Amino acid sequence: MPNKNNIFKVFWTIIALTFLCVIINFPTQIPIKFNIGNFQVDHTFYRPDFSFKIGQKEFKKNLDLKYGLDLAGGASLIFDIDTSNTKKEDLEEALNALKANIERRVNLFGVSETNVQVVNQDGHYRLNVELPGVEDISSAIKLIGTTAQLSFKGEITLAPEATASATFNDVFSKDTGINGSHLVRSTVQINPNNSEPEVSLEFNPEGSKLFATATKEFINKRIAILIDDYPITYPTVNSEITDGKAVISGSFDSKAAKELSAQLNAGALPLSIKLIQQDQITATLGKDSIDKGIFAGIVGLILVCLFMIGNYGKLGLIADIGLIIYGLITLTLYRLIPITLTFPGIVGFILSIGMAVDSNILIFERMREETRKGKNWNSSMELGFGRAWDSIKDANACTIITGLILLNPLNWPFLNTSGMVRGFAITLLLGIFVGIFTGVFVTRNLLRVLAKEKIQK
Amino acid sequence: MNIMKFRPLFYIFSLCLILISIFSIVFWGFKSSIDFSGGSNWVMNLPSLPNQDSVNSIFQENNLDLPQIITNNQTYSFRFKNIDSDQKDKLVVSILKLDPDYKELKFESLGPVLGKELLKKTIYAVVLSAFALLIFIGSRFKDISFGSAAVLAMIHDTIILIGSFSLFGHFFGAELDSLFVTALLTTLSSSVHDTVVTFNRIKELRRQNYKFNWVDLANEAVTETLSRSLNNSMTIIFMLLSLVVLGGSTTKWFATALLVGVICGTYSSIGVAIPLVLFFKRDKKKK
Repeated sequence: MPNKNNIFKVFWTIIALTFLCVIINFPTQIPIKFNIGNFQVDHTFYRPDFSFKIGQKEFKKNLDLKYGLDLAGGASLIFDIDTSNTKKEDLEEALNALKANIERRVNLFGVSETNVQVVNQDGHYRLNVELPGVEDISSAIKLIGTTAQLSFKGEITLAPEATASATFNDVFSKDTGINGSHLVRSTVQINPNNSEPEVSLEFNPEGSKLFATATKEFINKRIAILIDDYPITYPTVNSEITDGKAVISGSFDSKAAKELSAQLNAGALPLSIKLIQQDQITATLGKDSIDKGIFAGIVGLILVCLFMIGNYGKLGLIADIGLIIYGLITLTLYRLIPITLTFPGIVGFILSIGMAVDSNILIFERMREETRKGKNWNSSMELGFGRAWDSIKDANACTIITGLILLNPLNWPFLNTSGMVRGFAITLLLGIFVGIFTGVFVTRNLLRVLAKEKIQK
Repeated sequence: MNIMKFRPLFYIFSLCLILISIFSIVFWGFKSSIDFSGGSNWVMNLPSLPNQDSVNSIFQENNLDLPQIITNNQTYSFRFKNIDSDQKDKLVVSILKLDPDYKELKFESLGPVLGKELLKKTIYAVVLSAFALLIFIGSRFKDISFGSAAVLAMIHDTIILIGSFSLFGHFFGAELDSLFVTALLTTLSSSVHDTVVTFNRIKELRRQNYKFNWVDLANEAVTETLSRSLNNSMTIIFMLLSLVVLGGSTTKWFATALLVGVICGTYSSIGVAIPLVLFFKRDKKKK
């Protein structure tokens, strides 16, 4: 048994840790308003912001709990990506361009914490788009699924008197019929003759034909390229291009060339996508579930606490204190990591409470046995913890194995990657680790300090 | 306490449960949710409480198959084959005629490809878990009969859990969804959790009294761990019962599945895993 000094050091560390967790979990502001006779209290407490400076670096952490689609409501869209027309060596580049493009479109919503993800399942590529808090799902589908907003328009010769008042759209009013779906990709390349950067365009067969017609018609004139009717460039056609490969050269530096190329790629979806799954969850449904779930959790927790006290008396009370610390630490971790809470996640949290209690029950039962054998309280406590540890370790290791298979951290394609199952697994796993810490380490030290004195009397 | 003398009783009981489960799975099958079979689930709020015939006629008007309708007060759920957004827009127009206060709560559609994938991945996860646990427990106890007994008990729990869901589906309309898959995988580990604790005690007792025969060791270990097993199961049952009774409708069957899994897991560590270890050990002696 460690000496008394050490025990108290550990004890105060636990208290400090708990206190820190309480602060982190504190609501950002608590208005307090009440009257006692003539005495009026009207004050709002603010939680200190977690931003501080070390030297030049500034640390800032948003500690709000994050809720998933099921709790906050929103939309989840899964698109099938057609990769059959893309060469293998170009696939990664095309997928990245697709992702960047969709992200650009999603950001138009101004939705926070959107999640755009390319998923490879047995060679089938999927695009997962998650939009928490979006209620108008059909416009979201339209915006994301629209294949092309890129258009090519030819310059027409206006009468000299109209030129002065002509707008851009008046000048470039002849549609060439080419749009983003015809553009395979755009890259930046260096002209070997003058080492200047230029932007190349590559069209698909249909686009090549249209482009050949257009370059023939507008030779020595300009063709404007527009995204969402906003012009991004209007190069002059120098010659008829029939092979579908065009180069825009000019006096731009490499940064401007990259930007233009990215804009062109963003306007065109490099791969065609098809909506295969859509889920809409209105916030009301989520709200109902979260409220009921929290209520059920609290009732269950109180029952467990009462059961522990009823069964193990003072020991049970200390285990309950350990449980409260457990709850605080887990919540703190949710905020710090941060973990997006989904309903299955909350269920996983509740379940892990059960497993945390199990460690204590194992220990207390062992202590009872040792006491029955006639050992004194102190040594039966230490023996109880020591003997139970073996079982706790093995039993929890089994849960961790299954938890890891559910979490699938290496993204193995043959295992589940659904957010729901993962949300459950991550809270279950975290709960097990924290549960071992509080159930064994914290409870043991609390017992050493709090229960020892009383019993020895 | 000589619990192990009831071994034949345990065998018969478990065999009955497994046979009932398999019977139900084979003959009644499952009410699989769209997670598995693919399709659309459309949940809406209709305050005017239209009857089923008028709702069916809307689907007939739009040349769609009749949906399966589940009503709960003002909440209507429709399940039907996949529709595209144009067809859905048309349906909304018709429904608005029926009830101007219509409000959509949820629209889920799952392509059948995804359903098949989920099923496949679940089977992989079960198999992978079984192998991982077999290896882990086998190596922890340096004895493969412990590992196989624990995994067989786990499979016993899994079959009963799946079977009970087939029964729930047949009699109460419970659906197999991806949350159920989560419950199933949790049961895999919690069943083993309980078994490992009892096995650990056998290992410890054997170290102390090597001369004991396996049946006596098993009896002693079960007696010593029984109150722990029951107390522990009680706390988990409290948590889950409160979720079943008080939780939202979306998680009700999920919690029920976990409840069945926990009760079954507690029983199987005493009634299945340990008798199986004794069975394996007896075989070895005869050789």
